[in-house]
Amino acid sequence: MKQNWFYRESSIKKIWIGAITILALTVLIEVFLALHPHFIIERLFAFHAVYGFMSCVGMIVFAKVLGYLIKRKDDYYDM
Amino acid sequence: MTCSLLHPGLLLILAGLLIPFFHGVRRTLFVLLVPCLALASIWNMSFGYDCSIQYLDYELILINLDSLSRLFVTVFAITVFTVSLFCCKQASSRELSVAFIYAGGAMSVVLAGDLISLFIFWELMALASTLVIWSAQGTSSWQAGMRYIVIHLLGGVILMCGITGYVNETGSIMFTEMSADNISTWLILCGFLLNAGAPPLSAWLADAYPEASYSGMVFLSAFTTKTAVYVLLRGFPGTELLIYIGLFMIFYGIIYALLENDMRRILAYSIINQVGFMVCGIGIGTEMALNGAAAHAFTHIIYKALLLMSAGSVLYMTGKRKCTDLGGLVQSMPVTAICGIIGALAISSFPLTSGFVSKSMITQASIDENVLWIWLLLQAASAGVFLHAGIKFPWFVFFQKDSGLRPDDPPLNMQMGMIFFAVICILLGVFPGLLYFMLPYEVNYVPYTAAHIVSQLQLLFFSGLAFFAMLPLMKRTLTISLDFDWFYRRLGPMVSDRVFDNYGQLQKVINQRLADLKLYHYLDNKLNIQLSLGMGMGMIMLVFAVSLSYFLF
Repeated sequence: MKQNWFYRESSIKKIWIGAITILALTVLIEVFLALHPHFIIERLFAFHAVYGFMSCVGMIVFAKVLGYLIKRKDDYYDM
Repeated sequence: MTCSLLHPGLLLILAGLLIPFFHGVRRTLFVLLVPCLALASIWNMSFGYDCSIQYLDYELILINLDSLSRLFVTVFAITVFTVSLFCCKQASSRELSVAFIYAGGAMSVVLAGDLISLFIFWELMALASTLVIWSAQGTSSWQAGMRYIVIHLLGGVILMCGITGYVNETGSIMFTEMSADNISTWLILCGFLLNAGAPPLSAWLADAYPEASYSGMVFLSAFTTKTAVYVLLRGFPGTELLIYIGLFMIFYGIIYALLENDMRRILAYSIINQVGFMVCGIGIGTEMALNGAAAHAFTHIIYKALLLMSAGSVLYMTGKRKCTDLGGLVQSMPVTAICGIIGALAISSFPLTSGFVSKSMITQASIDENVLWIWLLLQAASAGVFLHAGIKFPWFVFFQKDSGLRPDDPPLNMQMGMIFFAVICILLGVFPGLLYFMLPYEVNYVPYTAAHIVSQLQLLFFSGLAFFAMLPLMKRTLTISLDFDWFYRRLGPMVSDRVFDNYGQLQKVINQRLADLKLYHYLDNKLNIQLSLGMGMGMIMLVFAVSLSYFLF
């Protein structure tokens, strides 16, 4: 059977290239476009990209650490 | 009772009672027609009070229609229609029947002009929603429903205490804006917040909803939390505390959803997260923020129902809920996957989806108020929504490793329900005017500016990058996360077991003593030892009562 497009080696490569291009474009467009910053912190170049990335990393790490404390086997309440 | 037009809530409740008498095509037509009738009725009513009943010394007002209540009744009616379409052929009459009563209760709460009728329908919702959970049948839904109703009855008691105090103090039963500055209004606020899924009792939502059937959960997601948002909007706009509660709910939802393995529990946590945005908007309290909260409730009901219909279709076709068992379903369920992805984009506020035009108003309100820290937290939360619902749900269900499952898309009516809501998500995103004209205040806001689109895309795309960069840390495990419900699911039973063990010991000792005293023989054989113990306790209480009255009078 033919493999689904999403699971072919060649298309995974294409998806990565496409994704990186889009990421780069959304940042580079800021050179040509005034973003009308309201807060001073927004004036930093690519602020939203960096902030989005960093806050997600922060949340994932926080969840991971919290997970060590509060995660239990999923039949915990059935026992 | 005098009503100039059909009361949409009572109509749905009546229809719910009649559903068991219809079968086959007639049932399908009936469940599709009734919500349309409710919608037609609400849009033909004029603003103001209607439907009053004399009860004791009070005049109950069943309809208080303004743009805010019309907005909520409208979205409720559309949701009942679509979810009915989604499950009209598959769901049991039992479930559809109680779901209609539940939805009718929610509409009646929204329309209620006074606190007494509000409370009655509030409790009706609690009972009917429990029956929706139980409609799934099976031990786990039975137990989860029990825990659910105990929490909601507790909330009802708190609310009732508040209402009685409030009516006693003000002499009025009208439901208008109030401020949380005395014990009664505090209790009312607590009662409302409990249904919104606010801390510390948020656990009821993710505990109970996923135990409902694949269609029952779609009904459940729409009404309870959103009526709570509605009553907060009307009763407590601008209460600063709500900002903090809302922000807590936002991050609570994200973190717990990140830890979760069950796809429907992920979506349940994300309900709390989204309601957090609305509660925060209500706390900010400006016209922009309140408009934003109302608009976000509207769009959220639709895209969350869409996400849950997508998850429900997966559950219906595979019987599996856990991310660890799923994956690769895009290959055989393209319609379900595309609809799920549209819902995921809408919840993440992607430009051209409904979430973008509603959530931006809440964020804009924090900019207008010039509060940097709220804005920063809201932006981080927006990124987090994409992380936990926008990518995590579709990725682990439809993509990631191939689970080898090859289920087909669900039956046609289920697909139609999903497609209809997917279209609405896009439609509201492309033509925000459709939503804005229904909002309680005039809208002077343009969501689509080049700057806004670019900054939003940066935020979202780089959150996506973070997800895939950190994928090893996101690996699913067969776990659940402890929450406040641990206290009543583990600690409570442990303590009571211990107490009853001791009670058993005590009984043995007393038995022995009674035997020693030869008292046993005087007791009839039919009187067991519990009864004698009860009588003993009764005697002690009688002595206590007599001595107390002696001291008091």
